[in-house]
Amino acid sequence: MRQIEKITKQNAEESEIWELRLYVAGQTPNSMKALANLRKIAEEHLKGKYTIEVVDLLKNPQLAAGDQILAIPTLVRKLPEPLRKIIGDLSNTERVLVGLDIRPK
Amino acid sequence: MSSKPKLDSPEQIFKKTASGIRGLDEITFGGLPKGRPTLITGGAGSGKTLMSMEFLVRGATNHGEPGVFMAFEETAEELAQNVASLGFDLKELIAEKKILVDYVRVERSEIEETGEYDLEGLFVRLNHSIDTIGAKRVVLDTIESLFAGLGNEAILRAELRRLFRWLKDKGVTAIITAERGESTLTRYGLEEYVSDCVILLDHRVQNQISTRRIRVVKYRGSVHGTNEYPFLIDEKGISILPITSLTLNYQISTKRISSGIARLDAMLEGKGFYNGSTILISGTAGTGKTSIAASFAKSTCQSGEKCLYFAFEESPNQIIRNMKSIGIDLEPNIQKGLLKFHAVRSTFYGLETHLVQMQKLIDEYNPASVIVDPITNLINAGDQNEVKSMLTRLIDYLKAKQITALFTNLTHLAGLESTESEVSSIMDTWILLRDIELGGERNRGIYILKSRGMAHSNQIREFLITSKGVDIVDVYTGSAGVLTGSARLSQEIKDKETEDSRKEEIKKLQRDLERKRKLMDAQVAALQAEFIAAEEEVKQLIKQEKRREKTVDENRQDMAHIRKADKE
Repeated sequence: MRQIEKITKQNAEESEIWELRLYVAGQTPNSMKALANLRKIAEEHLKGKYTIEVVDLLKNPQLAAGDQILAIPTLVRKLPEPLRKIIGDLSNTERVLVGLDIRPK
Repeated sequence: MSSKPKLDSPEQIFKKTASGIRGLDEITFGGLPKGRPTLITGGAGSGKTLMSMEFLVRGATNHGEPGVFMAFEETAEELAQNVASLGFDLKELIAEKKILVDYVRVERSEIEETGEYDLEGLFVRLNHSIDTIGAKRVVLDTIESLFAGLGNEAILRAELRRLFRWLKDKGVTAIITAERGESTLTRYGLEEYVSDCVILLDHRVQNQISTRRIRVVKYRGSVHGTNEYPFLIDEKGISILPITSLTLNYQISTKRISSGIARLDAMLEGKGFYNGSTILISGTAGTGKTSIAASFAKSTCQSGEKCLYFAFEESPNQIIRNMKSIGIDLEPNIQKGLLKFHAVRSTFYGLETHLVQMQKLIDEYNPASVIVDPITNLINAGDQNEVKSMLTRLIDYLKAKQITALFTNLTHLAGLESTESEVSSIMDTWILLRDIELGGERNRGIYILKSRGMAHSNQIREFLITSKGVDIVDVYTGSAGVLTGSARLSQEIKDKETEDSRKEEIKKLQRDLERKRKLMDAQVAALQAEFIAAEEEVKQLIKQEKRREKTVDENRQDMAHIRKADKE
C-alpha cells in the first residue's frame, strides 16, 4: 500500500512543472557560472518539465525584497511548493539536487 | 599633494548629524558622524532598536531627512507596534514616504549553500530603498543575524566590510546595531569594521532596580562625553541626562520668593527665599514638612508661576485632602495648570532613572519652583556613593534653570543636624523642624540652621499648624526657660497674673506714700505755726527790751540834768 502511494505521489510530482528563478546582479562570474550549472542540472534531471527565469536585480531592484534575496546568485524554486532557496554558484551538483529536493537528503 | 584636505575649520574635517534624541547630541557634542556608520551595541533589551528607530523618526520629522530601516529581526508591522509605545506613528511616516522599512528574513533552514556567492542582493535592496525615498539615514538592525542565517563566515565578513565601505561612499549616516559579546563589544566583532563611533547601551539591575545607561565608547575625530549617562525610555522616546556637563557658572538671582508663611519670610530677612536657591526642610516624622512644602507651592502658584511637586510618599489626592484640612487649598491651582503633581514610589526606579525622569518633566513643564517630598526616599533608592553626585547634578541643573527647589528630608532623632548623604552642604537654606517635648505634650519648633547670603533669624520659633494654615509664633523665652504649646500659654497667663499683682502692690505703696506725704505736710504746718508763734514772742521781747533801754537812757539824762553834770 505504502509503496503504491509513494509511486503515485512521485508521479504527481513528476507531472508538475518546475518553476525555477535565478536572481543575479549583472553579468558577474558567479552568476554566469550559476546559470550554466543550473541549465546543466535541469537538463539532466528535469528535462522537459522546467522553466528558468533569470532576474537581474540591477535592472529590477524592487524584485529583491519579494523573495527575500540577499545573496547573489540565489536560485529559488517557486514551484513545486514549498519554496526553496539555494545560494552560490551551484557548482556542487549533489547539494543542488538535495536543495531542490530532486534527490532525498 | 595638492589635494591635501584643508584643516582650517573643524567643520570641514568633521560634520555631525544631529540625532534628535534628547541628550545624545549633547554628549556627542553635535550628534553622530555625518555620512558614516555608527555602531550601537548592547545586550538584549538595552534599547538598541528603539534608539535607532528614534534616530530615523527624529530625522524624518524634525530634520527633513528620510530614513531606511533595514530590519533583520522584526517585521515592519511588529516594529510599528513596538515604537507606537514611544509615541511614534511609524505607519504614517511610511505612508508619507519619510521612512521605509525593509524586513530582511534570513532562515537558515530554507537556504542551501553551494559554492561562491556574495551579498549583492542586500546591497541592491538597500540601494533601491535609499534611492526610493532619498534617504539620508540608514539603520541596519541587527545585521549580525546574518551570521546565524548564512554559513560562510569568510564571505560574510568580507561582504560586511564592503557594506560599511559602501555606506560611507553612499554618504548616508548609518546606525548598525549589534549584540554585546561576552568580553567583546559585539558578539561577532563588528567594531572592527565600524570604527568611527561606537555607543554602548547597558541595562543594569542593582538591588532589583534597573537602570539604563549609555556610554560613548569611541568617537574617532571628535571629543565626546566619556561618562556613563543614565537614560530613560518612555512614552516620548529616549531621554539621556547629560547634566554632568554643567558647571558652577550659573546665573545668580537677587530676587526673592515668598515661602508662603509670613513669619518664615520675616525670619529670612523679611523677604523669603532667594529665587533659584535650594531649600532643605528637615525634621522628624510629623513635624510639618509637607505643610511647609504645600504652603510654598501655593505661594508660587499665587504669584502666577508654575510649581512641580514630586511626591514620593503620598498620593497627590492624599496631599490635597490633608492640606485642605489645614486650610491650604491646592486644587484650584491644579485646575489652573499652575501646580502639577508627579507621584511615584521611590522604589519604582533607580535613583538615576528618577533623576532623568525629573529632569525630563522639569524640561517639559518649565516650573518656577520644584518640590521634592521627601528627598529621603530618593536617597534610599540609590547606592549611597552615587547619591550625592546625582543630587548635585540635579541641583546644578535646577540652578542653571533658575528654579527654586524645596526638598523635604526626614531625619531621625539621633542625627537631627546631619542628613544621610550630607546633601545639606549643597543646599542654600536649611530649615530645621523639631519636636519639643515638654509638659506632657509635643510641639513643633522651627529654626533656620543656615541661609546663604542673608542675615536670617537665629531664633527658635514655635510652628503651629492650624485649620487656617501654618503659622509661626514666638516661643516663650522668660525666667522659666523656653516654653512652647500650652506650657507657653499657661506660663504667659501666670506671668500676666504676677504682673497684675505687682501692679496692685505698687498702687498700694503709692497710696501709702501719699498718706505719708499728707501727714508730713500736716506736721510741717504745725511746726511752722509753732515757729511763727515763737518768733512773734521773741520779737515782742526785743521790742520790750528796746523800750526799757530807752526809758533807762531817758532816766539817766534826767538824772544828769538834775545833777547839773558837765557836758561830755
